[in-house]
Parts: sequence; structure tokens; C-alpha cells
Amino acid sequence: MSVIVQKVAQLLSAMIFVFAMYVITHGHIMPGGGFAGGVLLAGSFIVLVLAQGQGYLKLKQQRERTSLLESLSVLLILLLGFSGLFAGSMVFFGNYLPKGQPGELLSAGNIPIYSILIGIKVAATLFTIFLALTIYKEEASK
Amino acid sequence: MENPVLIFFIFLPFLAAFLIPLLNLFWDQGKTIVLFLVSFVLMLLALIIVINPPQSTQYIPGGWYPVDNIPVGIHLVGDGLSRFMLLIINSIAFLCAIYAIPYVKMFTGQKYFYTLFFLQLAGLNGVVLAGDMFNLFVFMEVTAKASYALVAFGVRKTEIEAAFKYQVMGGLATLFMLFGIAMLYWMTSTLNMADISVVLRNNHAENTNVIHFTQLFFLAGVAIKAAMIPFHAWLPDAHSSAPSPVSAMLSGVVIKVLGIYVILRLFINVFAPSEFLSMVIAVLGGVSMTAGVILAIGAWDLKRLLAYHSISQMGYVLMGIGIGMGVIAGGGSPTTVALTFTGALFHMINHAVFKGLLFLTAGSIEYSTDTLDLRKMGGLARYMPLTMVASFAASMAIAGIPPFNGFFSKFAIIVAAIQGGYHFRAALGLLVGILTLASFVKFQRYAFFGTPRPGVTLKHTPLLMKVSMVTMAVLCLIMSLFIFPEVRAVFLDPAVNTLLETTDYALKQI
Repeated sequence: MSVIVQKVAQLLSAMIFVFAMYVITHGHIMPGGGFAGGVLLAGSFIVLVLAQGQGYLKLKQQRERTSLLESLSVLLILLLGFSGLFAGSMVFFGNYLPKGQPGELLSAGNIPIYSILIGIKVAATLFTIFLALTIYKEEASK
Repeated sequence: MENPVLIFFIFLPFLAAFLIPLLNLFWDQGKTIVLFLVSFVLMLLALIIVINPPQSTQYIPGGWYPVDNIPVGIHLVGDGLSRFMLLIINSIAFLCAIYAIPYVKMFTGQKYFYTLFFLQLAGLNGVVLAGDMFNLFVFMEVTAKASYALVAFGVRKTEIEAAFKYQVMGGLATLFMLFGIAMLYWMTSTLNMADISVVLRNNHAENTNVIHFTQLFFLAGVAIKAAMIPFHAWLPDAHSSAPSPVSAMLSGVVIKVLGIYVILRLFINVFAPSEFLSMVIAVLGGVSMTAGVILAIGAWDLKRLLAYHSISQMGYVLMGIGIGMGVIAGGGSPTTVALTFTGALFHMINHAVFKGLLFLTAGSIEYSTDTLDLRKMGGLARYMPLTMVASFAASMAIAGIPPFNGFFSKFAIIVAAIQGGYHFRAALGLLVGILTLASFVKFQRYAFFGTPRPGVTLKHTPLLMKVSMVTMAVLCLIMSLFIFPEVRAVFLDPAVNTLLETTDYALKQI
């Protein structure tokens, strides 16, 4: 890719990243949330790799890390749901944190935490799939 | 009232599934230990809740509660039928898991196998515990996705092709199911199965055309998942090319849960049984039963032969269900209905054990001889006496020879068919029994008897694989005890009673 594309992609990537953070953290008061934000988050990395080529990130190393992050975030979601059994109304997925004012950023109890974890999970999954495809193509062309 | 034990059947396998990749980083043996412990605990839990059923059958996650007599949309239900299915799933899964520990050493990427195995298990437990259409659909998909990946686990050409075919057919089934769920939601504005049943009975009793239309969509979807002929194209490929413990899970559990269980739940508990549908189901069952066994006789690939028998034996179960529904719709005697459902459920758990065992012995033969072609085997009785005894017990059980368990369940279905006045179906059941015996005599003859091939080198079967096979072979005999009323009262009767309630089941849940 030309220098122009690479530079624009770098600038754009940062903006997409910030917007993804916004969508994820406002999941409980706005349309969007963990899944949509996670897709954007993965997109900000994918744009970089597309513009800079495969050498930009050490892809194989990243794939190990993203699949670990994927497992870790699901594990945390499960444990957070499990913690509901010991607090508040004593049920799985119980929403026991203080609910706050509706419409505020810090409200809705546990739900923003689930949103953030789902965002990480979706981003990691999509990026893993993307990396698997690129690595496959790289190895197939050899 | 809450019953938190139910959530563990879904929570524990998911936890194990995502713990294993992390644990694998710094502890090599960790995944084996987690596999053994978690599947063992799940089996114990299932046994405990079957023997000692808890007071309440519901669990509502998230702390929601009904308002203005409108039931909660998404919840878990562990009634008699669900508990019975949980016992089948978790006990077979445990036996397959300990068999898999030495078996998967043949493959690379073992940690993925363990993760996918637990995802499949979580999905299966979720399907039988789901009290609403949403959870049912989602967990069916979890199971199906894990199964697609497990079928392709060996990443050889045939395996990937089989997985692709399975995925295309599975996707089609999902589409039908989703359309059916959409129709139901449009009619009733609720996803809670008990609530759907009540609303259908109160508001849509005259809408028979729309209800039949919806039922046929569900039936098409479920028949693909259960691989009923003519929807069976994916099954022989998928079940024969998966790794053997996975084949045992697919044939022993997955087609029962995604196929038969969903049929029972939807067409008996949610929709009222009708003459029309009972006919369709019984004909599907009869055709699968006959055509499956005829296809099996001609098969030379051992696992393919077993896969065709899965279609045939599921046909028995489905025919039993069809007869039961027909008798209910025709207003026949409740004892006949109870007998058919007992026979069908009994045959289901028997088939889980003996077909699981047959696939495990096939795996053991493949492990030792590196072939599944019956024509290339011979004389294995001398080298693998234990495998031979186990596979002989399972073959006799599936062919319906007393005192093995298969005899009693087939007998119950055939007697019930005669009592219900369906003489042709009873005769068909007998004929298929004889053909089944013929094809298993062929399997025994070509694999274990005859002269051994010259110059074969055989690998030794590992201990854990033997333990698993012997346990299942013993189970094939022990489960004949289910004919005694005291034993039946614990294991089978709660499940049969759930089915006998038909749509009155809904009134209990709300």
C-alpha cells in the first residue's frame, strides 16, 4: 500500500478504537454494546494489518494472545455470573451491584461489566479468525 | 422456588471448556484432570437428581420474577423427562471422556478437543434444561457448532467433507427451526414453552391450519437433526468420520437430544398430540427403521454400518412415539400410552449405551489395526478378547437378544403397537429386528472370527479405553433390570409421567 493509505489507516485506526471504546462502555444506555463495540475494536486492528501488510504485527504471536484473551474473557463472564449465586438475590447472573440513576454512565449494576467483557471477547474472536485466515494464506503461498 | 443445582449442568462444562486453554499454558496434565473431574462430577449430579428429585423443577437466572401472572420468558426446567435425559447425556459423556483420554493422543491439538467436547456437553445439557424456545434454539446451535468442529477434528479430506455436509444440513435445520419459532412467537407473543402451550390451547384452538404449518416446520428441522430418512444424508458421513469417542457421543446422545427429545417436548408437551402428526411421525419412524437397516447390511465400513443402525434404531423410538401420540389422540387406553412411552424412552437410553459401546469398540479396533474396512479384518478375537466380548454384548443388545437390554425395550414397543391396534407396525418392528441381527452377525463374523490377516502388527489397547468399554458392556446387561417396577419407578416413570401429562404439563410450570 502507498504511504498515503498507510498514514490514513494509522490515523483512522485510532479513531475507530476510541469509538469502539465509547460504544462498549455505553452499552447499557445506548444502542450498541459489547458485540457491536467488539466488532469495531477488532476492525481497528484489522485496518492496520490490511494497510501495513502482514509484517507489521508479529501475527503468529498475536494469534496465541488473542485466543488466550478470548478464553479469559469468557471465563470472567462465567465467574461474574457465578458470583451472583453468593450475593444479592442469590441467583446465577444475579445483578447485585448498585443500580444507580438510569441514563448515567455508572448505572445498571453488573451489566456494564458484562458489556466490557463481551466486547473483549468479540474483538478477540474476530481478530483471531482474521489472523487465522491471513496466516493460512501466508503459509499456503509459501 | 429455586433449584440452583440445575445451573451447574450448564455452568460447569462451560467453565471447564474455557479453563482448559488457559490451564494448558503452564500445566500439561491439567486438561486431562479437568476432563475427568468435571465429567465425573456432572455424572454424579445427574444421578443424584434422578434418584432424589428436588422439590422445585424450575430455575430462573438473573433474579427475575413473574409479574401480573405473566411467566418469566427465559428459565430452566428440570422435570422428569429433562432429568432422565441429563442422566443419559452425562453418564455417556463421562464414559466417552475417559475413553478419549488415551484415544486423542493420536491427534495434534488435543486441547481443542477437550474444549470442544465440553462445549458440546454444555449445549446438550442446555437443550434438555431449556424451558423456553430461545434457550432451546441457542443451545441447539452451541451443540451443533461444537459437533461440526469435532467431526472435522482429524482434518483429513473425508472428515472435512463430512463436516461441511453436516454443517450445510444443520444450517438448513436451524433455518426451519427458527422459522417455526418465529411463527409461534407471532401467534402467542411469548417464548416460554409452558406459556405457549396455554396460549395455543386458549386462543388458537380453531387455527389448526396455521398450527399444522408451524408443526411441519419444526418437524422438518428436527428430522434433519435426528437424521430421519429422507433427511439422513449427513449422518453416515459425519458419524463415521469423527473420532470414535465423538462418534459415540454423536450417535449415542446428540441425535437423541437434538432430535427425539425436542420432538417429545414440542409435539407432546407444547402442542396437543394430533392424529395427523402422529401419523407423520410414525411413518417417518417406520421408513427410517426399515431403510436404515437395509442400508446397513450393505455397508463394509464398520463405522458407517453402525451409523446406519443409528438411523434404524432411532426409527424404532420415533415409531413408538408416533404410536403413543396416535393412541392419545384417538382416546385409547392410558396403559397402552404408558407402555409405548416407556418402551420408547427405555430404547433411547439402551441405544445410548449399546451404540456408544459399539462405536467405542470400533475405535478400539481402529486404534489397534488402523483400518475400519470389515474385509481387511479377521481373526481379531485372538488378539483383542476384551474388545470382542464388549462388542459381542453390544451386538446382541442392539439385535434384541435376551437377556440384554435391547430385547426388553423393543419388546415393549412391539407389544404396545399390537395393543394399540397397529399390527403392520408391530410386524415391521419384528422384521427389522431380524435384519439387525443379520447385519451384526456379519460384523462379528468378519471382524473377530475367521483367519487372521498375515503380517498384521497390532497396537495394545490402553487401560482407560478398556475400562470404559467394560463398564458399558456391564451396563448393557444391568439395564435389563429396568423391567422391574421398583427400578423403573426411579429411572423411567418420572419421565413417562411428564409425557403422559401432555399439555397439562404447562399448567404445572406456570
